[in-house]
Amino acid sequence: MWRDALLVAGKDLRVEARSRVTTNQVVPYALLVLLLFGFAFDQDRPVLAAVGPGLFWVAVLLCCLLAVQRSFSLESSDGARDGLRLSGLDGGGVFLGKAAAIAVQLVVLEAVLAFGVVVLFGTHLADPLLLVSTCVLATAGLAAAGTVYGVMSAGLRVRETLLPLLLLPVVAPVLLGATQAWLAAAGVVAGSGWRWLSLLAAFAAIYLTLGVLAFGTLLEDV
Amino acid sequence: MTLTVPALSKHPRRSLLDRASFVLGVASAVGVVALLFLGLVVSPPAILYGETVRLIYVHPAVATITFVAFGVCALASLAYLWPRTRSPRWDHLAGASAEVGVLFCAATLVSGSIWGRYTWGVWWTWDALLTLTLMLFVVFVGYLALRRTGGDPVARAKRCAVTALLAFLLVPIDHYSTSWWNTLHQGNTVLRVGKSPLIEGWQLATMLLSFLVFAVLFAWILLRRFEVESMEARLEDEGYVWAIAERRAEGR
Repeated sequence: MWRDALLVAGKDLRVEARSRVTTNQVVPYALLVLLLFGFAFDQDRPVLAAVGPGLFWVAVLLCCLLAVQRSFSLESSDGARDGLRLSGLDGGGVFLGKAAAIAVQLVVLEAVLAFGVVVLFGTHLADPLLLVSTCVLATAGLAAAGTVYGVMSAGLRVRETLLPLLLLPVVAPVLLGATQAWLAAAGVVAGSGWRWLSLLAAFAAIYLTLGVLAFGTLLEDV
Repeated sequence: MTLTVPALSKHPRRSLLDRASFVLGVASAVGVVALLFLGLVVSPPAILYGETVRLIYVHPAVATITFVAFGVCALASLAYLWPRTRSPRWDHLAGASAEVGVLFCAATLVSGSIWGRYTWGVWWTWDALLTLTLMLFVVFVGYLALRRTGGDPVARAKRCAVTALLAFLLVPIDHYSTSWWNTLHQGNTVLRVGKSPLIEGWQLATMLLSFLVFAVLFAWILLRRFEVESMEARLEDEGYVWAIAERRAEGR
């Protein structure tokens, strides 16, 4: 399973590296979202600094949608999905590989967005260990849930509109937990941000387990 | 060469479904009238909440039935996914139950919002229970959208079953949120561990009746929706038989 996961992740990341869609389109889109937040809050720096962590994670969710849609639309042409089905790769391995490729792209986007939040909004980010731990767990949960719902909406005529409707409410706990942890790290709210990490870990564990178990069946049927 | 048109399949146990539907329909109508009479005429207004207390004859029962409906949807989805019990009927039941659940969930949100306006002074507050109920509503609306995507019925049914089980994860969190977090929403009124109910007399009787009436109403709508789901699936499977018969009739 792990070998298959590495193969699939390598394939997806190679396609991304060659097409450069993430770097040329999704990263500028993420920065554009931050700019729009700035306009929406009338460039009020104290307000932006305080709500920066929440805006950061909303931007990550929007980028996650794009990454998931891209990951599955890649395989919609030239019978690539049939090729994946017939390759004999383990279903759980394919799931982990696709989720890992999405996670890598999200990590790159999070680094860019974090830089943007600090520079544009003036959010003071402290406690790097808490920030990084939050990012790791939240990214694992987002990538896992995104891959599960991505395969369910792949191949449907209405996938572009259906995926946000299915995925965004489900990943709301990640937005909540990650934002609270980052708010604590930024010193905006009192209290320890570490307790939110259990929510993020539980979310990631549930979707990773479910994805490994059910992805093969879902891939066969779509 | 003559083209043989397959015969239309008979609807399974049509008369039994019809009879159950008729009985439940009549019981629902009688129950709703009785509930309206008890709730609006017989039951007295409350000392603290005045006339708004009458919402207690709708809101708790409707909210409970919402959870039951989503529970039925999850169980039916599980039965569909289980290879030994797999049958399209479970998929139809899950779809029907989710649809009725969304309707009851909307009624819960609206009645709760009206209650909030008159007791807390706001239509909406970012309370754990309220927010989670709204999330539940949106998640199951997404589930219903997924059901309408067309394509291969088996693939669609499997996708929907997995989505329903994932969506149902929210239900226990929503239900226990008043115990787990300090929410603005009050706790149980009738079922209180080691304590007597907060209401009594006609108010208690009317509230208990509301649970029964809305349960019967739910069962009736569920049955009707189940029939419609089954008929839609039948039309999808066998619609071509009618189409061929119509073309033949045109040719005569």
